[in-house]
Amino acid sequence: MMQITCPHCGPRAQSEFIYERTVDSVVPLDAAPEQAMATLFARTNPRGVDEEIWRHTYGCRAWLIMTRHRVTNEISAARAVGPEALP
Amino acid sequence: MSRYSALGLLRGALNGQKHWQPAWRDPEPKAHYDIIIIGGGGHGLATAYYLAKVHGLRNIAVLEKGWLGGGNTGRNTTIVRSNYRLEPLHNLFEFGLKLWHGLSDELNYNVMFSPRGAMFLGHSDADMVKLAERGDAMRCDGIDADLMTRDEVAKLEPLLDMSRDARFPIQGGLIQRRGGSARHDAVAWGYARGADSLGVDIIQKCEVTGFVRDGNAVVGVETTRGRIGAGRVGICVAGHSGHVAAMAGLKLPVESQTLQAMVTEGVKPMINSVIMSQSLHCYISQSDKGGIVFGGDPDNWPSYAQRGHPMVMEGAVAQGLALVPALSRLRMVRTWSGVTDMSFDGAPIIGETPVPNLYINGGWCYGGFKATPASGWTYAHTLATGKPHPLNAPFSLDRFERGATIDETGSGPMPNSR
Repeated sequence: MMQITCPHCGPRAQSEFIYERTVDSVVPLDAAPEQAMATLFARTNPRGVDEEIWRHTYGCRAWLIMTRHRVTNEISAARAVGPEALP
Repeated sequence: MSRYSALGLLRGALNGQKHWQPAWRDPEPKAHYDIIIIGGGGHGLATAYYLAKVHGLRNIAVLEKGWLGGGNTGRNTTIVRSNYRLEPLHNLFEFGLKLWHGLSDELNYNVMFSPRGAMFLGHSDADMVKLAERGDAMRCDGIDADLMTRDEVAKLEPLLDMSRDARFPIQGGLIQRRGGSARHDAVAWGYARGADSLGVDIIQKCEVTGFVRDGNAVVGVETTRGRIGAGRVGICVAGHSGHVAAMAGLKLPVESQTLQAMVTEGVKPMINSVIMSQSLHCYISQSDKGGIVFGGDPDNWPSYAQRGHPMVMEGAVAQGLALVPALSRLRMVRTWSGVTDMSFDGAPIIGETPVPNLYINGGWCYGGFKATPASGWTYAHTLATGKPHPLNAPFSLDRFERGATIDETGSGPMPNSR
């Protein structure tokens, strides 16, 4: 199990968090249909580092963006975001 | 290649078992193949076997970065069934189930397929309605499915907690009696031996590191054992599809997650069928060695780590113990998890890619093992002819942009909600 440092609550067990999606798969409201489709359905899915949106669902319920390695599970950054900060 | 038989065993008993030959060769890669399959798991080896057997092609190579069946073929819960509600899914898996029933004879290799019955449990009125609906959909297409009463479930599996105050009360079930389990390694080895004897080159410890392009088209692969030319290249690396497809500049509707499984020490027969609860997410069966095999949830977050998480194991075991309390005294001896391609509608992806000469077979989510023969058969057709097989046509990569997704669970386009 990973330990995730919530920007608001500090280090917490991973079981308090839920994964949402990757940062690059947030569909902008004004996206053209083709772009929206590609963003919604395609993932880089790297065997390495990716930026992910998680939520501290069973804690402060805030969203956060985590930079995590998909093989080692090493978390190199976890920062707070609000809806206005998303692309 | 000598045939395996009872007579061969007897002969071995008399000559000190000295006549056995390696089951497949260990060839050096040639400079060019008509068809290269990336990935020496069950699906890749089955594809090569049917390319040679059904389509008569001989100049074929299977490239495997590690050893045969060392990926998801060796990291699943070996359940075989075709009890899906949606027509494209149950047609594909039923085609596979029919092949499973004759597979040991076909390959002259005992894959230990055991049709002991695959049973879904229903825990509520709503569950029973869904199971009835699923069973009806299957029976309309000639696939066996029997709705079971509470008493019938209790009779088949006396160790289930059927009490009224059980944590997960059981109202009934849906059984596919022709479903069951098989020996995972034997499937890879049987197909490898069969393909090799038909002239297919199986090249292990050969990792693909890139694609050779002529314009947009793929004309070969770069590997850790040098460049190999190819007429057509088929990706068959489920779990790592995104990683390999990215080498060709493709982004797939796939997110990799690990799927948890584990096994207990061996005990006398106590679980008669394959017990599954989709309302929970718990799969329980007993291997021929006696170990109780548990399957659990995927991790629900992206991962290529081929190892499990105690949190997910605990969840699966808690569900299993609530269903079959008698398991509580057993010791867990091994846990493992495979990297699964979670596609965005829960169905596999088989067919052409936007890149000429490059084909893909992946996105099997947590249901790839049972499909091994059907996947190989239909993918071989696609690689040999360049066209979809009627059974894999609905599973093309472009179905997402066409809005023609095949969403069995109806949970929408997020793999982690499946």
